[in-house]
Amino acid sequence: MTSQTKSTDLTNPTEMLSGAAMVIRALADEGVEYLYGYPGGAVLHIYDALFQQNKVKHVLVRHEQAATHMADAYARASGKAGVVLVTSGPGATNAVTGIATAYMDSIPMVVLTGQVMSHLIGGDAFQETDMLGISRPICKHNMSVRRPEDIPYLIKKAFHIAQTGRPGPVVLDIPKDMTMPNQAYAYHYPKDISLRSYQPKQQGHAGQIKKAVSALLTAKKPILYAGGGVIMGGASTELTELAQLLNLPVTNTLMGLGAYPAGDKQFIGMLGMHGSYEANQTMHHADVIIAVGARFDDRVTNNTKKFCPDATIIHIDIDPASISKTVNAHIPIVGLVQPVLRDMLAILKQKKKKLDSAALAQWWQQIEQWRTVHGGRYDTTAPLLKPQYVIEQVSKITNGEAYVCSDVGQHQMFAAQYYPFNKPNRWINSGGLGTMGFGLPAAMGVKLNYPDADVVCVTGEGSIQMNIQELSTCKQYGLGVKIINLNNGYLGMVKQWQDMNYESRYASSYMDSLPDFVKLAEAYGHVGIRVTTPEELQPALERAFALKDQLVFLDIHIDPKEHVYPMQVPGGAMNDMFLSKTERT
Amino acid sequence: MRHIISVLLENESGALARLVGLFAQRGYNIDSLNVAPTDDPTLSRLTLVTHGNDQVIEQISKQLHKLIEVVKVSDISEAAHIERELMLVKVKASASQREEVKRCADIFRGQIIDVTPVTYTIQLVGTSDKLDAFIQALGATPILEVVRSGASGIARGEKTLTL
Repeated sequence: MTSQTKSTDLTNPTEMLSGAAMVIRALADEGVEYLYGYPGGAVLHIYDALFQQNKVKHVLVRHEQAATHMADAYARASGKAGVVLVTSGPGATNAVTGIATAYMDSIPMVVLTGQVMSHLIGGDAFQETDMLGISRPICKHNMSVRRPEDIPYLIKKAFHIAQTGRPGPVVLDIPKDMTMPNQAYAYHYPKDISLRSYQPKQQGHAGQIKKAVSALLTAKKPILYAGGGVIMGGASTELTELAQLLNLPVTNTLMGLGAYPAGDKQFIGMLGMHGSYEANQTMHHADVIIAVGARFDDRVTNNTKKFCPDATIIHIDIDPASISKTVNAHIPIVGLVQPVLRDMLAILKQKKKKLDSAALAQWWQQIEQWRTVHGGRYDTTAPLLKPQYVIEQVSKITNGEAYVCSDVGQHQMFAAQYYPFNKPNRWINSGGLGTMGFGLPAAMGVKLNYPDADVVCVTGEGSIQMNIQELSTCKQYGLGVKIINLNNGYLGMVKQWQDMNYESRYASSYMDSLPDFVKLAEAYGHVGIRVTTPEELQPALERAFALKDQLVFLDIHIDPKEHVYPMQVPGGAMNDMFLSKTERT
Repeated sequence: MRHIISVLLENESGALARLVGLFAQRGYNIDSLNVAPTDDPTLSRLTLVTHGNDQVIEQISKQLHKLIEVVKVSDISEAAHIERELMLVKVKASASQREEVKRCADIFRGQIIDVTPVTYTIQLVGTSDKLDAFIQALGATPILEVVRSGASGIARGEKTLTL
């Protein structure tokens, strides 16, 4: 027992390990449970080291892109960096889409890529690719190992950079000769790390916070606009407290869903391109907008020249570059959202001041009026299955508690609009990059780490086929994901744009020769169920969710003509919206 | 507007590529770029001349700050500063033109640092504007080659950009 304790003593300088063993040992010391990856020539020493221990478990995917999405989704659900291991060349390039996906949504991830031997770099060696060059614009930082003894430090540095400040993916390129099994080096894993050139802010500026509170207290038409920063910043409790203390209406971005409980009366829905009528109207007419961990993305603001003309904008964000990038912020606060919100709450509680109650009551009356219009209603009497209805039924059967991992397209918007997220970290989707093929591996990453939770993959017949091979990985690791395939036979969002902007000329948006998804699921060893009528849905969902440990592929045939509404009118203000195929604001 | 941005950068491989890549990715301009290690060999000092409106310059500065290897950023053109650029110009200078070229170089306080029977190579230091003016002033003299270092800059007075 004593000797075992000694060998895991992190400060013991006499422990000698090979570069490959150091990679795995550093991950174990960092507390990494799962490593998602795919072996290949340049990383074989590392895989051999992985084989010889049992702390870090490896998940073998069928395509490297899936490894990155699994790690990414784990990070989105847990707040901790996911870790990926791939080989050089094609292994690394296959991971690129996943790295870019994580980068766009500020998700912490550490990607270890193999590289050819140092002396071969630059010589067009077999499976050589300049991964540092390729990944530079799509990751928060990248580094390469030049001396094996630096491996523990570089891995610590990768986690430090990935998980602090504005989180993001970090790539560490490891030439094969850095991992030679026959050479040993003193192993020491640093507890902390400090970089002179990277000191992200924590607390917000006290003066700015005071100014923001004062501005907020003068508001007659306030709105709280919360984004993904609140989720990754773990500040949903503070956000909720602030909103409820001042009775503020709250809207969440696509990335921020769950930051404020959707079931609460102060929640007015998602905002932006497919946001609710009331959220977009409330934003447009607001006199004070308090933006928390949101970045005024073009899918939110619509035309920035017409954006919220009357609003004083308070913007809290960890990234100074996000402030006044697209929309000018009147009161910027740079800092982590949680401490900033805590400071604001402390001042408010001390001041014991509230907003002008008469003005606020009037504002809420107006909002309630907008709420009755809503703009997202769908035809409940139609004979064909409506995707919105399917999402509502999935929400019912999972009590709104599931992790919903979405692909990209119409189904993503329907899920965002109709699944009420009451908790943070439950809505897992590729918001920034819009990566089709994200959904299934994302659901796998969550299910592996939260085996007792309901994990749903909402997808379409287009997206699911981009990473369909992962059904095999699901079988290997017993991942009982429920796949809700909203099958309309079209690339729905493309088709919707073609309907609206190209006189319904469906250039390449129809998929002929779709596979029989039920048989396909069965071929991979799973359960497949086809649903073609509204009556079949309920029993199918009940059966699927009763099969706790099994992957069930629900191929649900929906109305191919359905569009996502509301939809902002291109070039318009926040509140210029199409509300249905025939109505617009 | 023209801005001169000074950057202290970790002297590590890939750091410069990341910085230059940022300008290409985000569509910012680089008019000139000058970089070399400082007295502290772990740091490089970089002077970058760019142009853009206030919003663009603010974004450039913030985006530079975000790069992990960037230690400090300063827009030195916002306050009193000194700017110098080195230029080497090789011109055709045969019998009839030799005196004229020499006189012109003297006026601009240039030095002739290499001579052949048919060419002069002139070294000139000054603001970028002054170097432009010298090229104009050479007039009809055939220019064979121009090499410019890009501007280097430093703040006037006691202000410094150091660790």
